[in-house]
Amino acid sequence: MSNENLKAKVAEYNAKVEKAAAKFPERKNLPEQRLYTPVDVEGLDYERDLGFPGSYPFTRGVQPTMYRGRFWTMRMYAGFSTAEESNKRYRYLIESGATGLSCAFDLPTQIGYDSDDDISTGEVGKVGVAIDSLADMEILFDQIDLGKVSTSMTINAPASVLLAMYIAVAEKQGVTPDKLNGTIQNDILKEYAARGTYIFPPKPSMRLITNIFEYCSQNVPNWNTISISGYHIREAGSTASQEIAFTIADGIAYCEAAIKAGLKIDDFAGRLSFFWNAHNNVLEEVAKFRASRRVWSKVMKERFGATNPKSWMLRVHTQTAGSMLTAQQPENNVVRVALQTAAAVMGGTQSLHTNSKDEALALPTEDSVRVALRTQQIVAYESGLADVIDPLGGSYYVEALTDQIEKEAWEYIKKIDEIGGAVTAIEKGYIQKEIQDSAYKWQMEVEKGDRVIVGVNKFQIEEKPVEGLLRVDSSVGELQKKKLADLRAKRDNGAVQDKLAALEKACQDETVNLMPFILDAVKTYATLGEICGVMRKVFGEYEAHVNL
Amino acid sequence: MEKRIRVLVAKPGLDGHDRGAKVVARALRDAGFEVIYTGLRQTPEQIAEAALQEDVNVVALSLLSGAHPHLFPRVVELVRGKGMNDVLIVGGGVIPDADIPALKDAGVAEVFTPGTPTSAIVDFIKANVK
Repeated sequence: MSNENLKAKVAEYNAKVEKAAAKFPERKNLPEQRLYTPVDVEGLDYERDLGFPGSYPFTRGVQPTMYRGRFWTMRMYAGFSTAEESNKRYRYLIESGATGLSCAFDLPTQIGYDSDDDISTGEVGKVGVAIDSLADMEILFDQIDLGKVSTSMTINAPASVLLAMYIAVAEKQGVTPDKLNGTIQNDILKEYAARGTYIFPPKPSMRLITNIFEYCSQNVPNWNTISISGYHIREAGSTASQEIAFTIADGIAYCEAAIKAGLKIDDFAGRLSFFWNAHNNVLEEVAKFRASRRVWSKVMKERFGATNPKSWMLRVHTQTAGSMLTAQQPENNVVRVALQTAAAVMGGTQSLHTNSKDEALALPTEDSVRVALRTQQIVAYESGLADVIDPLGGSYYVEALTDQIEKEAWEYIKKIDEIGGAVTAIEKGYIQKEIQDSAYKWQMEVEKGDRVIVGVNKFQIEEKPVEGLLRVDSSVGELQKKKLADLRAKRDNGAVQDKLAALEKACQDETVNLMPFILDAVKTYATLGEICGVMRKVFGEYEAHVNL
Repeated sequence: MEKRIRVLVAKPGLDGHDRGAKVVARALRDAGFEVIYTGLRQTPEQIAEAALQEDVNVVALSLLSGAHPHLFPRVVELVRGKGMNDVLIVGGGVIPDADIPALKDAGVAEVFTPGTPTSAIVDFIKANVK
């Protein structure tokens, strides 16, 4: 059938169903069209726009074999209380079939304070594990072979310090840095824009990040030096297009900073990784994953002139959307997470964390984490969704939506370029405001009933109190304080002071790579708070300005 | 003209999740309140001082990190310590039901948990502000 002929048939169909559809109760937030046909993808050129898995522009996936080679890494984000408790949870996860670790740190650790700092009171061990020094890190990875496991660490402002601790623990196990596999989040721009665990102002923060790129390219070649994260931008309320656009704009800023510092794009770009959210709308999410790979590959090839195909690939870790879990009828969250998992897998993720049903209420229990991990295993082994590569490729709707999301992302990237790049756009509050506006719009849609959240604004029941939530013992703070007092009494404090002084001097010279100095300090059992304290003294602290 | 209700929306502690705080702040503003948002990482001392300086009627605390058993009562104590006995103090965030009675005993007038419509917060403040 010719396209003209088909267009006429589509118009005929639309006229026919218009009346019937008008009787159907109105639902907001639906796609413009109810039916997609070849007319909607008439501009699609297979080789140019989709290509083959493992080939530019990677729309269908970054590896040639995708899940026919191996499944995604099933990586469960975990950490709470002390290093001892978290170590137990990690070993439980590995025994249960998890194929990678993912460390959650408590807020004092993420913001570079020791557990015995006044500001840490009440926060120690709450949202993740408390790490004050190399001594805690040794316990955290006790009996876990760092030469075999791949470890992701959600750490940003003090990423250099935690990476140094990880390298030091590995050395004690007899594992050299070149054998290490894993990721540090190390993405400060989204901390300013959406997540909030920043310490230093943008300039020294970008220096620390490029120092890590450089150090790892020479010493820890298999390490993912950054996980440029849209996850938290989406959690803060952005749309799917905003998630990938703002994140790729951040990615552009990191590349520009590294190039300015004298690095060559192909020397570090292959170790950049990304982090997406798997939200509720399955098909929109699949299109988002596909569009993001296409946008990034074009950015790397056309804008930065990268020539190594590895530099063009957007490799991504995914987490299901925590903000979409409901405190109401929490068992329904198992279903939400299963659908989000389906989206991430059909979207071609390299690694996945699935949330547990109780996470709108507390950190998850061991039982609920097991169900979340089993969800991935069911999708992998039973659902058929992982049987062929990019199974939705060629769907009229998904291809049209992939194009649309890509187009919207480019518009945002252009706008951010006009503002002066992601760093300036964040300093001016532009990105934060866009996210806030989307969050407010979503909330108002929910409150008006235009957007249905099952169990929250429709199909509610009388809620029963939820039993068996995980509680972090409030004595963790006292325990960490005691451990710190012992450490400060036992260690060679002269050596600590020497290495901290050397670090301070290095911080003052912008041309010096700080990683070796941080590693030296860590090995003397200088604490995280002491090391970050030195950097705070030289670099100062970031002050956020909020426009509501 | 009737004096507008002044609300301090505050983020105590180290928690960086401010989607809820910002949405609530905006909803309160749209409901006709005057809203001041502190931004992230405020100590209880800073919050109490801001409440005094801004002469607010309501302090609305948002916290998702689990540090509420320590931080919410501390804010109440400091606000009352500065003589602001009529200021209504409410809280919200990821707060298990089991923790709510102790927070109320400590002087938090109401605790809003995930899924609460912003209109419920507006209505509560209107009904209880002094």
